[in-house]
Amino acid sequence: MQENYLDISGVGIEFPTDEAPFRALQDINLKISRGEFISLIGHSGCGKSTLLNIVAGLENATEGGVILEGKEVDEPGPDRAVVFQHHALMPWLTVYENVELAVRQVFKGKKNRAEMREWIEHNLRLVHMEHAVGKLPAEISGGMKQRVGIARCLAMQPKVLLMDEPFGALDALTRAHLQDSLMDIQAEVGNTVIMITHDVDEAVLLSDRIVMMTNGPAATIGEVLKIELERPRDRLALAEDAGFNHHRQQVLNFLYAKQKNPETLKQEAALGVAQESPALATPRATENKLSSEQAA
Amino acid sequence: MSAGEHTAPSSDALAGVAGTRFNWEKHVNRLLQVIGLPLIGIAVFLMIWQMGAASIQTSLGQFPGPAQVWDQAGTLVQEHIREREKAGEFYERQEVRNAKKLEKNPDASIKWRDYTGKSTFFDQIFTSLYTVAVGFILASLIAIPVGIACGLNESFYRACNPIIQVFKPVSPLAWLPLVTMVVSAVYTSEDPLFDKSFLNSAFTVALCCLWPTLINTTVGVSSVDKDLVNVSRVMALPTLTHIRRIVLPSAIPMIFTGLRLSLATGWMVLIAAEMLAQNPGLGKFIWDEFQNGSSNSLGRIMVAVVVIGLTGFALDKLMLILQKRVSWDKHATLR
Ligand SMILES: Nc1ncnc2c1ncn2[C@@H]1O[C@H](COP(=O)(O)OP(=O)(O)OP(=O)(O)O)[C@@H](O)[C@H]1O
Ligand SMILES: [Mg+2]
Repeated sequence: MQENYLDISGVGIEFPTDEAPFRALQDINLKISRGEFISLIGHSGCGKSTLLNIVAGLENATEGGVILEGKEVDEPGPDRAVVFQHHALMPWLTVYENVELAVRQVFKGKKNRAEMREWIEHNLRLVHMEHAVGKLPAEISGGMKQRVGIARCLAMQPKVLLMDEPFGALDALTRAHLQDSLMDIQAEVGNTVIMITHDVDEAVLLSDRIVMMTNGPAATIGEVLKIELERPRDRLALAEDAGFNHHRQQVLNFLYAKQKNPETLKQEAALGVAQESPALATPRATENKLSSEQAA
Repeated sequence: MSAGEHTAPSSDALAGVAGTRFNWEKHVNRLLQVIGLPLIGIAVFLMIWQMGAASIQTSLGQFPGPAQVWDQAGTLVQEHIREREKAGEFYERQEVRNAKKLEKNPDASIKWRDYTGKSTFFDQIFTSLYTVAVGFILASLIAIPVGIACGLNESFYRACNPIIQVFKPVSPLAWLPLVTMVVSAVYTSEDPLFDKSFLNSAFTVALCCLWPTLINTTVGVSSVDKDLVNVSRVMALPTLTHIRRIVLPSAIPMIFTGLRLSLATGWMVLIAAEMLAQNPGLGKFIWDEFQNGSSNSLGRIMVAVVVIGLTGFALDKLMLILQKRVSWDKHATLR
C-alpha cells in the first residue's frame, strides 16, 4: 500500500454569511493509502459533506489543501467520482445512457465504440443492473438508481471514489444488499473510497478506518479508528464477533458520549441533567490521538 | 339471486352490479363535462350576443348577430374562391397568349406576369401567420441562447437584468415607428427579398416575443437540479455538452412556457401592428373594412375577430404538441 496516496492537510473552510463568516471546518489532516476504505462519521451538520466536496473539488478550502497522487486538487474531475445521496441520475437518460455519458467523456479517444459499450456493460454487471439498461430512472426502484449511480462512478475509473451517504435514502434490507455488493466490488476493483455514513454498523462493516468528526462549528477530526477485521467480511458471522462489537461500541461511544448531539446537549442543559450512559462510558483501547480541544 | 333476495345480497354481487352501472354513468358524466358543458357555454354566449346585437344600432347599421356573421364568413369564402378562379383564368390566358407568340416567332421575348388581384381574407390570414412565425422564430433564436447564458452565468445575468427589466414592459407598438424608420433607412436593396411592411411587422413582433422566452429560459436554466450540475462538473463535461445533455433537457418545460407566452403576445401585437402600420395581414383587413364602412363591414370584422381567436388557440395547441414531442417526460401533464 502506498502511503500518502491522498493527503488532506490543514484543510479549513469558512462560509461567508450575512453576519460573521461561518467556520465549518478547521485543521483537518488525514493521509489515505491507495485502496483504503475510509468512513466519515459524525453528527448531522458537522461538515462531512463539506469535507467530501473539498476533496471532490466542488468546494474550495479556505486554507490547506488536498493532494492526490502528488497533484493538488483544485477543480472537480472524474478521477474523484462522487456518488450522491439522491442518485443524481439524469431522468431523461436511460440507465445505459447515464453511464455512457460519463464513459464517453472520460474515455474519449482512448476506447473505441465497441470497447466503450463493453466497459459500460461490465460496470452495470458489477452492480447487477444489466437487466435494466433500457429503463429510465423513473422506472426503477431507489436501490436500483443508487446502483446505477455507483456504476456510473466506477465506470469513470476514479482514483478515489467519494460517496455521500450513498445508502442513506434506502430501507435497511436494500441497504444491506448494496453494502454486500459494494464489498464484492471493492474486493474485485480495489478502489480507494471515502464514504460518509450515519450508520455505525455500515461503517464498521465496510471500512478499513473510521474517521470520526467532532461537532461543528469549526469541526475537525476527533478520532480515527482502525478496523482490523479479516476480509471478506460476512455480516452474519460478524454480528456475533467480539471484535466487530468492540469497534461498534467505540464508535457509539465517540458519537453519543464524547460528541453528544448538539440538540441533546441543549435539551440536557435545559433539564439540568448531565449523566453519561454507563454502558457507553467504557474506556477504549485505541491508537487514536485526541485533538487538543478534545482533551481539554 | 333468488335465494339471496330475502337475505342480504352478497357484497360481491352488489359491488359487481353497482360497479358496471357506476362506470357507465361516469362515462356519460365525463362526456357531458368534456363536450356538453363547453357546448352549453357557447350556446349561452351566442344567445346573449344575439340579444345584445339586436339592441345596438351603429352608424353602419345594426350590430351583427351570429347569423349575419355566419353569412359573412360564407361570403368571404366565396370571394376567395372567385379570386382564385380569376387568377387561374389569368394564367391560362397568359399561357395561350405566349404560346401563340412563340408559334409566330420562336425568338419573341415573352413576359410572364404574376396575377395581382386584391388579396382575400384567406391571403391575409396566411400573411399574418407567416409574419408572426418569422418574428417569433427570430425572437426565439435570440432569446433562448441569451436566456441560457443568463441562467448559467450570474455575472452575465446581472449585466443584462436592467436592460431586460426596462424593455420588458414597453408596449411593442411604441417600437413600431422606430422599427419603421430604421427598416426604411437600413433596408435599401434594389430587389428586396422581403417587403418593408413585412419586416416592420415581423421585427415588432420579435421585439415583444423576446422577453417572456428570455426570462423563462433564464429561470429554467438557473434552477437545474444542483446535484445534476455537480455530476456534470465531476464528469468535467465541456460547456456545450453540459448545455445539450443536462441544461436543455431540464429547462425544456420552462423554455416552452416562455415560448407559448411569447407566441400569444406576438399574435396579439401583430394584429395591432398591422392595423397601425397598414402592413398586410388580418389587422389591415379589419382596418380596411372599418374604413370601407359598408353595411357588411361589422360582420366581416367579427369574422376576423373569431378567426384571430381560433388561430391564437391553434397556435398554442401547436406549441403544446411540439413540447410533447421534444420533452423527455412523456407522462407529464401539459396544459
Ligand atoms: N454554502 C454554505 N454556506 C454557508 N454555510 C454552509 C454552506 N454549506 C454548508 N454550510 C454549513 O456548514 C456546516 C456543515 O454542513 P455539511 O452539509 O457539510 O454537514 P454534514 O455533516 O454533511 O451534515 P449531514 O450529515 O446532515 O449531511 C453546516 O452547519 C452548514 O450549515
Ligand atoms: Mg451531508
